[in-house]
Amino acid sequence: MRPYRGLAIIFGFYALGEFASFALNLTIPGSVLGMLFLLAALLTGAIRLEWVEGEAELFVRNMSVMFVPPGVGIVTYIGLIKSQAVPIFVALILSFLVTLVVTAKTVELLRRGEE
Amino acid sequence: MNPLGITLTLVVFYLFSELHARKRAFYTNPVLLSIITIAVILRWFGIPYGSYMDSAVILKFLLGPAVVSLAVPVYKGRETIKAYAKEITLGIAVGGTVAILSAFYIAELLGGSEEVLLSIAPKSVTTAIAIGISEKIGGIPALTAVLVILTGIMGNALGPELLGLARVRDRIARGLAMGVSSHGLGTARIILEDELAGAVSGLAMALNGVFTSLLLPYLIEVLK
Repeated sequence: MRPYRGLAIIFGFYALGEFASFALNLTIPGSVLGMLFLLAALLTGAIRLEWVEGEAELFVRNMSVMFVPPGVGIVTYIGLIKSQAVPIFVALILSFLVTLVVTAKTVELLRRGEE
Repeated sequence: MNPLGITLTLVVFYLFSELHARKRAFYTNPVLLSIITIAVILRWFGIPYGSYMDSAVILKFLLGPAVVSLAVPVYKGRETIKAYAKEITLGIAVGGTVAILSAFYIAELLGGSEEVLLSIAPKSVTTAIAIGISEKIGGIPALTAVLVILTGIMGNALGPELLGLARVRDRIARGLAMGVSSHGLGTARIILEDELAGAVSGLAMALNGVFTSLLLPYLIEVLK
């Protein structure tokens, strides 16, 4: 019954992350803390890769279907989007362009400096 | 809890995934097409979002363990992270910060309301983490989800071409820029042109998610 070990580890680290986020009143989401805890456990060898690899990859590969229900929630905000279409979409497009180019140029400069 | 909402979600997503497998293009993105289709269906039949979500909430719940699972690809990429530690660290620090500040300030300048600013700030981070951040800082998670997907679609459709126009040829720079600016959908595109750039992009996506979730809540306190 191998998959249960992997699932138990993944859900366990999620629970641990949620608990830590709540107990310490942190603004970082519990799921992200859980990821950091699991990463630390893998790096220290407390958890072996083969215990979680298959189950984790199943989650990561199938993540996109999970965005659909929260995304559908947009129906509740049609009015807001219509009234703020300009700030929303202009910011979205310009911010994407700036982020893409600034990140690329920063890394490129760093790499040229090395050569 | 009734099984209709989750069944509807799975059927619609399955059909659009089949379409996407046949015609790989940014405009066949199954997530966005599914969201639009289900939204239209709910409207047609007059179904309130709440009763759909009562059933579909189980899929949303799985985002938590899915984010935890991202530890595995990061762990497996540890040699790549070590080899390009300086580029990855600086690229994420600069790019991740620029992504937040530019979205926030441009929206503010154009008269966006506070909830819009908070919802758009995490738009460059992978959807699952962005939804978590939006919830934590008082944004609208549904709006964040849609904005993140639209950002990803821009990167998927135009990222490599724009990097070409900006004359960026370095593979590491291209990969990092795609992962930091347009998360999973950007990574899916760049991996088709170069495996190393794709690997760096995927790692940048996950690490930028961690960076942004650490930085954004504190930055928002200063910005508000």
